Amino acid sequence: MTRLFPHPLLTAALTLVWLLLTSFSLGHLILGAVVAALASRAFAAIEPERVKVRSPKSLVKLFFIVGLDIIRSNYAVARLILTGGQHGKRRSGFVEIPLQLRDPAPLALLSMIVTATPGTAWVEYDEETGTLLLHVFDMIETDDWVKLIAIRYETLLLEAFPR
Amino acid sequence: MTYLETLPAWIAIPVAFFLVLGATLTLLGAIGLARLQSFYDRLHAPTLGTSWGAAGILLASMILVSWTEGRAVLHELVIGIFLMVTTPVTLMFLGRAALHRDRIEGTPGIPGAVERSDVPIGPVSPPEGETAFADPAEAPGEG
Repeated sequence: MTRLFPHPLLTAALTLVWLLLTSFSLGHLILGAVVAALASRAFAAIEPERVKVRSPKSLVKLFFIVGLDIIRSNYAVARLILTGGQHGKRRSGFVEIPLQLRDPAPLALLSMIVTATPGTAWVEYDEETGTLLLHVFDMIETDDWVKLIAIRYETLLLEAFPR
Repeated sequence: MTYLETLPAWIAIPVAFFLVLGATLTLLGAIGLARLQSFYDRLHAPTLGTSWGAAGILLASMILVSWTEGRAVLHELVIGIFLMVTTPVTLMFLGRAALHRDRIEGTPGIPGAVERSDVPIGPVSPPEGETAFADPAEAPGEG
């Protein structure tokens, strides 16, 4: 099973993409599954380690939290672009955030969250110290940003992916 | 364009709403990209376009095409997924390149500048016709 489908999640996702891009029919389901299985075997040659999700529940929870945050920060940044340039109260800056996450998969997910949320930009991650350097568009308090990333996102990511 | 006239209001209103929302956010991102002062600030503006800017337009397209085709057309989701997955890569490249340059140039307010004996930290311009580093591989900022 593991030899045939080294990355089950990737295989399922690729099959789904195939079905989305074509129309749903039994023929496309079979063809898509075969293509996805072959592609995930090819991917296994590059990245043999399989990504294990321990708690899909925390991932779903994270999805909704991030969705809400993205809407909120879209509004905030859009308003700042419209008004912030005029009275110049906005202050941007760098924030260093110590991370406990070490695995590539949750880190990649975190980078997607940080990038998809307007107002925070992932600038650099230091593998040795595990420090993430963020650039924040509207700096309120440094501690708030550390808390936001560490408590709101990182705990859920640590729950979802076993170490 | 005739089929648009037959569109019922309860489809047309959400389509128009999401389209205008997405287009407005993308426009604001573009304005921000042009108007903001520092490079790092400008990194933030286009993320409006890649998050809800794109999501709004894709949602509008999904609703409209699903209605006119008479079945659920969801392949816009794939665009959204690829946009989300690929944006961090470009953004990190740009951010790290800027950081690298700023650290070498000693721009104030940049964290993590590596202290080197041969290059003084601080806004010092290198002598004419000479680069700050003889060997670019020695440059700091590589993680």
